Amino acid sequence: MNTLEREVDVLVIGGGTAGPMAAVKAKQADPSLKVLLLEKAHVKRSGAISMGMDGLNNAVVPGFATPEQYVREITAANDGIVNQKTILAYAQNSYAMIEELDRWGVKFEKDQTGDYAMRKVHHLGTYVLPMPEGHDIKKVLYRQLKKHRVEITNRLVATRLIVGADGRIAGTFAFDCRSGDFHVVRAKSVVLACGAAGRLGLPASGYLFGTYENPTNAGDGYSMAYHAGAELSGIECFQINPLIKDYNGPACAYVTGPFGGYTTNSRGERFIECDYWSGQMMQEFHNELSGGNGPVFLKLDHLAEETISAIETILHTNERPSRGRFHAGRGTDYRERMVEMHISEIGLCSGHSASGVWVDEHAATTVPGLFSAGDMACVPHNYMLGAFVYGRFAGESAARHAQAHGHAVVDAAQVDAERARVWAPLLREAGLPPAQVEYKLRRMVNDYLQPPKVTRKMQLGLERFEAIRDDLELLHARNPHELMRAMEVHAIRDCAEMAARASLYRTESRWGLYHARVDHPERNDAEWRVHVQLHKNAAGDMACFKRPLEPYLIDMDRHEQAAYQQLRIKTEAVPA
Amino acid sequence: MTFPTFALAQQRTSVPVRIDDEKCIADKGCTVCVDVCPLDVLAIDLTRGKAYMAFDECWYCMPCEKDCPTGAVQVDIPYLLR
Repeated sequence: MNTLEREVDVLVIGGGTAGPMAAVKAKQADPSLKVLLLEKAHVKRSGAISMGMDGLNNAVVPGFATPEQYVREITAANDGIVNQKTILAYAQNSYAMIEELDRWGVKFEKDQTGDYAMRKVHHLGTYVLPMPEGHDIKKVLYRQLKKHRVEITNRLVATRLIVGADGRIAGTFAFDCRSGDFHVVRAKSVVLACGAAGRLGLPASGYLFGTYENPTNAGDGYSMAYHAGAELSGIECFQINPLIKDYNGPACAYVTGPFGGYTTNSRGERFIECDYWSGQMMQEFHNELSGGNGPVFLKLDHLAEETISAIETILHTNERPSRGRFHAGRGTDYRERMVEMHISEIGLCSGHSASGVWVDEHAATTVPGLFSAGDMACVPHNYMLGAFVYGRFAGESAARHAQAHGHAVVDAAQVDAERARVWAPLLREAGLPPAQVEYKLRRMVNDYLQPPKVTRKMQLGLERFEAIRDDLELLHARNPHELMRAMEVHAIRDCAEMAARASLYRTESRWGLYHARVDHPERNDAEWRVHVQLHKNAAGDMACFKRPLEPYLIDMDRHEQAAYQQLRIKTEAVPA
Repeated sequence: MTFPTFALAQQRTSVPVRIDDEKCIADKGCTVCVDVCPLDVLAIDLTRGKAYMAFDECWYCMPCEKDCPTGAVQVDIPYLLR
């Protein structure tokens, strides 16, 4: 196995959604810059949208919504814990991004007059724009990468960021998951766009790769940012999604909702006012599921044949095309039977909730020269369009930084230490198989961290995660592919520890099920209307601290602030 | 101090990705399914010149099936989820 070194100006890690956009925008900002897009899988089919996407969940389109309205909606949906500046920056640039994607060839649904066919799914405003032909989106991105002559390397697994002697970012370490070669990529600025921590909880099936998120997104980015000294935020605000039972596909809100589909209990009755995914909605889902009215179903069997056919075409050809095959295997036809639903495993993902690397409105992290975008960057409820907009910010910021700075000085000991750590599982003669360690780790995540959260259980979980840290020294890989899984276990363990520590730190309940603490059941605005940040402190330990909220840019009235706190449908008391 | 021992056993598993050897043209140099897999679980058997699933780590996301130029790949839902 060899060690390969190279130098670029801007390095983008992650070729899914935000990453390609960042690389293109860096190149557009300054075509003379050497921009490298480093991808763990293959850029053509990587990331959360490998098979496409069926709609925009947060389109701020003039005539339907204003940026200010959107900021109010997300502030309410995320229970007040937002840096409004970052949400506003997204909202103000949302429409321009839609138009640019439209010019690039992404197909959005339009009405007969050529206007975008917007749908209302959120509690207050109208932000959903369907993309019934959204299966081509990765192809569109790939064409832009080629057109702008972005250099691409596939099958390189980034393991740790390189930090210069002066604390500036200096590049990344990576290895080739086919050859095992060790790579040292030096860069003046780095964009981290590695997606969610999707392999944190274990799906109820016990199948390691049956996750909601693309399992390639194992939390590598969260772990790398942490070890580079970056602040992370909102880690305790877990991602938990309502899914089809045993299948990793979402079902209701964005696609079937506008067609008349909805979530019901076992009696076929609605129980939530709004199907937009929020922690409060998930809490009601959990209550119904575990109460006497469960399980929970997606109801479509009341709809007309042509409506159901249209839903099937969208759901079975875009984001999760194997869904039709799953239903066929169970004999489920939307026309005849309601579809049984369940709760996903836990994950970290700012695209859906709020956990991520702390970024400002220019996608800058707290480490000089390091930028972040997409599911792993903390801009709550940012979804795919947010990944594109912040990908743009990150690419432009990284280009500016590379123009103004040279390469940071890196000491050789850092290179030797990381190579030794990465190659260790291959060089051991025997040891633990990565899949077995991963299974145990993720089962412990379920046992101890799955909400409702219990203090004593989370403390025990931390003990188990500490014990598994020792097992990392025993991991054995028979080939570079197994080495990839072994190094992912390192990242998953880091994420598990972060999830436990941040959850223990915030001694209140907030965001519905995402942070429901049984022994601190009330929301406590007096003490906890703050961001919980997590970082590696000067002693090298994982530590949490409070970061005060920036004053709001957009005033919230009391009705709006409380909009997401009452999602259960009120039933009238039956007179005795 | 006692060192841990690592006695290992093999466990069989049914894999969800099936390749139709009649249709697969890996022997002519095609590697499309191997290239597009996000989890890198497919490989070419060099002795037979055919693709196969080398690791049971499938997300049943289907780029391998959609992008195969000859329709040789079939992705089933993994048995545990079926």
